[in-house]
Amino acid sequence: MTIAPNVDSPRTATANPPVQPAQGNLGQAAVVRSSAGGPVAENPTALTPVAKLIDVSKCIGCKACQSACVEWNDTHPGVEENVGVYENPHDLTPDMFTLMRFAEYDNPETGDFEWLIRKDGCMHCADPGCLTACPAPGAIVQYSNGIVDFIHENCIGCGYCVSGCPFDIPRISQVDHRSYKCTLCSDRVAVGQGPACAKACPTHAITFGTKDDMTALAAERVEDLKSRGYDNAGLYDPQGVGGTHVMYVLHHADKPGIYNDLPEDPQIAGVVENWKGPTKTVGLAAIGLAALGSVAMGLFSRVAVEPEDERHAEDLVDRAAAIPGGEGSGEGKDA
Amino acid sequence: MTGRRYSEPGDRILSRDPVSVRRYAGFTRLNHWFTATTLILLALSGFALFDPSLYWLSSLFGGGQATRWVHPFIGIALFVSFMILFVQLVRHNLFRREDAVWARNIGAVVKGDEDRLPELGKYNLGQKFVFWAMFWLIVVLIATGFMIWYQFFPEIVSVDTRRIALMVHSIAAVLTILTLILHVFAAIWTRGTLSAMTTGTVSGGWAFRHHRKWLRELAGRQRTDPAE
Amino acid sequence: MTNSWTDIKNTDLVVVMGGNAAEAHPCGFKWVTEAKHHRGAKLIVVDPRFTRTASVSDYYAPIRPGTDIVFLMALIRHMIENDKVQWDYVRNYTNAAYIVRDDFGWSDGLFSGYDEEKRDYDKKSWDYVIGDDGFAVTDPTLENPRCVWQLLRAHVDAYTPELVERVCGTPADRFLKVAEMIGECSSPTKTMTSMYALGWTQHSKGAQNIRGMAMLQLILGNIGVRGGGMNALRGHSNIQGLTDIGLMSNLIPGYLNIPTEQEPDWATYMKSRAFKPLRPGQTSYWQNYPKFMVSFMKSMWGDAATVENDWAYHYLPKLDVPAYDVLRIFEMMDQGRCNIYFCQGFNGLLAFPDRGKVTRALSKLKLLVTIDPLETETSRFWENHGEHNDVDPAAIQTEVLQLPSSCFAEDEGALVNSGRWLQWHWPGAEPPGEAKLDTWIMAQVFLRVRDLYLKEGGVFPDPIVNLTWDYADANEPTPEELAKEMNGRALSDLSDPADPSKTLVKAGQQVLNFSQLRDDGSTACGCWIYSGSWNENGNNMARRDNSDPDSTGAFANWTWSWPLNRRILYNRASSDLDGNPWDDSRRLVWWDGAKWTGYDVPDIAPTAKPGEVGPFIMNQEGVSRLFSRGLMRDGPFPTHMEPFESPMANVFNPAMRGNPVARVFESDVARLGDSAEFPFVATSYRLTEHFHYWTKHNAVNAALQPEFFVEISEQLAAEKGIAKGGRVRVWSKRGEVWAKALVTKRIKPLICDGKPVHVVGIPLHWGFVGAARKGWGPNSLTPFIGDANVETPEFKAFLVNIEPAAGEAVS
Repeated sequence: MTIAPNVDSPRTATANPPVQPAQGNLGQAAVVRSSAGGPVAENPTALTPVAKLIDVSKCIGCKACQSACVEWNDTHPGVEENVGVYENPHDLTPDMFTLMRFAEYDNPETGDFEWLIRKDGCMHCADPGCLTACPAPGAIVQYSNGIVDFIHENCIGCGYCVSGCPFDIPRISQVDHRSYKCTLCSDRVAVGQGPACAKACPTHAITFGTKDDMTALAAERVEDLKSRGYDNAGLYDPQGVGGTHVMYVLHHADKPGIYNDLPEDPQIAGVVENWKGPTKTVGLAAIGLAALGSVAMGLFSRVAVEPEDERHAEDLVDRAAAIPGGEGSGEGKDA
Repeated sequence: MTGRRYSEPGDRILSRDPVSVRRYAGFTRLNHWFTATTLILLALSGFALFDPSLYWLSSLFGGGQATRWVHPFIGIALFVSFMILFVQLVRHNLFRREDAVWARNIGAVVKGDEDRLPELGKYNLGQKFVFWAMFWLIVVLIATGFMIWYQFFPEIVSVDTRRIALMVHSIAAVLTILTLILHVFAAIWTRGTLSAMTTGTVSGGWAFRHHRKWLRELAGRQRTDPAE
Repeated sequence: MTNSWTDIKNTDLVVVMGGNAAEAHPCGFKWVTEAKHHRGAKLIVVDPRFTRTASVSDYYAPIRPGTDIVFLMALIRHMIENDKVQWDYVRNYTNAAYIVRDDFGWSDGLFSGYDEEKRDYDKKSWDYVIGDDGFAVTDPTLENPRCVWQLLRAHVDAYTPELVERVCGTPADRFLKVAEMIGECSSPTKTMTSMYALGWTQHSKGAQNIRGMAMLQLILGNIGVRGGGMNALRGHSNIQGLTDIGLMSNLIPGYLNIPTEQEPDWATYMKSRAFKPLRPGQTSYWQNYPKFMVSFMKSMWGDAATVENDWAYHYLPKLDVPAYDVLRIFEMMDQGRCNIYFCQGFNGLLAFPDRGKVTRALSKLKLLVTIDPLETETSRFWENHGEHNDVDPAAIQTEVLQLPSSCFAEDEGALVNSGRWLQWHWPGAEPPGEAKLDTWIMAQVFLRVRDLYLKEGGVFPDPIVNLTWDYADANEPTPEELAKEMNGRALSDLSDPADPSKTLVKAGQQVLNFSQLRDDGSTACGCWIYSGSWNENGNNMARRDNSDPDSTGAFANWTWSWPLNRRILYNRASSDLDGNPWDDSRRLVWWDGAKWTGYDVPDIAPTAKPGEVGPFIMNQEGVSRLFSRGLMRDGPFPTHMEPFESPMANVFNPAMRGNPVARVFESDVARLGDSAEFPFVATSYRLTEHFHYWTKHNAVNAALQPEFFVEISEQLAAEKGIAKGGRVRVWSKRGEVWAKALVTKRIKPLICDGKPVHVVGIPLHWGFVGAARKGWGPNSLTPFIGDANVETPEFKAFLVNIEPAAGEAVS
């Protein structure tokens, strides 16, 4: 199977990509949101929303996604030490955009032990906290298919996106001081290929397609999991951030926290909203008003020293000079 | 020897006709203007990161990356500089009983009706307010600044704390700038003030009108000063 | 594999025991996921550790390493006791009805005929009663107490759920749940597949572990059907090809045997390979052995192999011992009886047991030649790497030649996967630097040796100087030439046996497949089971048609599978005695009234009438064997044997240590530890992030799993004061290693014989060269003990001790 060339976004990561040269469709023309008032397309190319579905119940934690990610993005995670866990590297890094996280869980309801393995990485929120927090125009963009991408040449490395993200995903490089995260392989998707991780996943735990298709596939998977006794199986597509373009099928969708602290109800933090919203508006308004007010008041009034003040001063100084231990010294004794 | 209650050791009457009074020594003035410069630079660079409409200010610093890099270092410079200033000025910025009377008559201050105000030492409550406001805001800014200084302190606080720090830093910065505006305004509105920080001297009339106790003390010390 | 990777999607139940498919075979494991998703299949994992396979399983049961036979025999007992037997299959397709000799028996853990002195069995009694007609006597009612079925029933009687709990440490309720799930697959419309790997083979009784499951699968009627089978997951790309092509010391290509000293001449050799049917009308396909053997000899020596000289039989070496397996070779090396060693494509210093002995043995060589794309520890065994390889280079006089070779992505040819598919591939890159293709290297060695023989003569130069070497470029045989040689060709015109006036194959043409091979010297074939892979239709291994009519998983036009492009072995057994599919929804091969047909190449003569010819055509019986006669050295039924190093005595015979006929050398007995000194059970395994000792050279893999560690339970960590991520020392009677401690809930102490047994998991993958951090392999600790039948080292169950270690690694 090969992807039809007229389809705007790849429908799967496993099909063979189109072979004819293709113009990428995720350029500026598809930008619907851009950080800090960066440029957006006036009539953005209408692309079908895409999604990556991560079926935790199919994931075997093999880390093929991690190595595919490293290979495709040409990053170079270091050889660290073993600290008694399977997570290597031990966290997301500017060189590791996705990470298998392993949680050992004794299920109190069944008495069974479960090893919950979750591929962590950017969720590509419909309402991205990183984009909201970013102060650099055009450093973070959202395309009409839902992909949230970092435009590194515009990034200033402030780390605000790290604070803005409800999932703790972006990482700032200490080498080039730019922020990195999963791009959903926007450079592959733009030319009809699925993300490298989904392509590499041996068990199809990671699948890619339109968001509708992925939602339907998830429903099928949830049904299967329920038939196996996972009564709370479900899709993780948190609405607090407007839904995400990376979704999980969880056997315990009622307890996302057991999957290495997947947020229960992620949303852009209130302080971040306030900081980028009212604080900014009110603060700038206050400063503006204060400045204007000062100028106005300065124009209409002043406090000036009168000539008589000078005379008083001379008198005062003269008198004090004449009187030994004169004026002012009395009260100075307690000094 | 008589002590000082309203003046600094360097404060003295320089001439008697007309009266000219030394208010700030050269070092203090340099210190002040250095602080002022850093504060302006911080405001400009901070504005660039604060709101997209002001992002263009980053070009003053060589672009976004450079602005992001330089801002915290200027902040440290401001902090150090301000703290030196603080140590010099703190003694006369402590609250005094007459400050309360001054505050109660704030209307007279605005109207310039000084006769209804008590005689004051080196600083009035407004000046003290600026002083303490700056002090606390700068402490808050430096503390939160470290928390959000991602390049060097990415792990110093949790993400939750950093988010709060970001907002607090922004609010503190806004308040600092408001305080700065107040400070600049007051200095200009109150004619004769600027020279205190330029030449370091003020006229006797200015001192008589605004800081009479200070002037009295300096006048009374005219003969004893050289012995100090 | 009896079946193929793609066929796993057809199953209802996957049992992963003796393997860790998700971690060690992640790409193939996709078919398990497929079966789970689209068939609702269930997955059971039985393993000492809760593995990544277990993480996606429906049910998990722990087991003490080295006690699988108890578990498997108890499963068989459960099936018999609870009538979970596919009766039609057992009656008609197994030897359940065959009557066994009266002198066969079992007591105290041993079968009849044991000779303690020789550490071997006299297997004479392990056979059928042969009637006056020359055929085996059977009792189709299965009621004769001496029939295989009744003997099996008696044999497994001791293996109760309570015994499982006592010996394996598997809680009885867990065992019973597994048994219940497996029992459902005795239905003709439900199948189970067994996926296993080195977790079963790397034991002193590894072959018997596999026998145990194979017997269970026969009882459930799961062999030869879609979604069933015994599926050995080969751990190396092309390790299947290695065994096929005869790199075993006692085999020649196509599972033909190297003669032994007891077979000095052709006639004697052939006499024991007559393979006369044991029941009337059976195929007994090995009757064709002479055709394959003669064709092999012709491909080796061409015109020098004639009927007059018994096809140059005297050129073949005659084994004085059953096999020169790696354990024996290193034992001989250690005794100074092996001077030159070619080490091609493996890393013996880390791959063979008891590294101390391996180092000692290599140090006694005169010459070691390593042929590898990578820097290996073996080629650097003489180099001091501090505690990671604490040797004195000055004291080692072995000359080491490192010959850099190409890797799989740089050469052309076929890789044989677990499902016996010969998949042709093309080079993706040029070999770097001075690296050369293995074929070039081997050709150079051969040509130089031949020149020496031609120039200097020698005791017996004939096999070397007469070896067929008619490649276009003698310096570098091409993959095409070699593949065609393996397929075989006609040396003279082959006439059609049905109509001698017609010529079937012209001289010089490739034979269609091995059915055209002759024993008169008119055909040459390098590897009969590969015959058909490159015939006159071209290179069938290069086919890439991924169509799969009716989604059966056969993919018949994708590459080529031995034998005869057959995807599921014994596939005639997918239909009942009358030739109708057991399961209409999973039709595979059936009788259409005139011939066998179906989605796969029928594993039976196309017109062999159902009911007359049994489905297991390779066996003399025509049926499969629940009782394996004398074909295995350690018993016709699997019986419980403890590992050589075990925390408890054999419940059947406390005096018995390990497998009574396992490969043990005298010098290694003293290097075995006991549970007083070494109280913990260790097992070794692979991790997904790495492939053996290769990928530690790759920066990406090294980043994903950087450093050697051992896995222990929270309880053992608490008992020993070991912190998560802390450094530990693990030692056995044979050596010691230092590792990071991975403390986990995934390993839990097992209660065996009333006492807690702690398991220490020791992954391989680290050494002292490469991109990853320096470490050790488990072979520093493991015993120099081999399986009784195939000499596979006992890597999966041994004893160690563990303690927290101060300080960090030096060097």
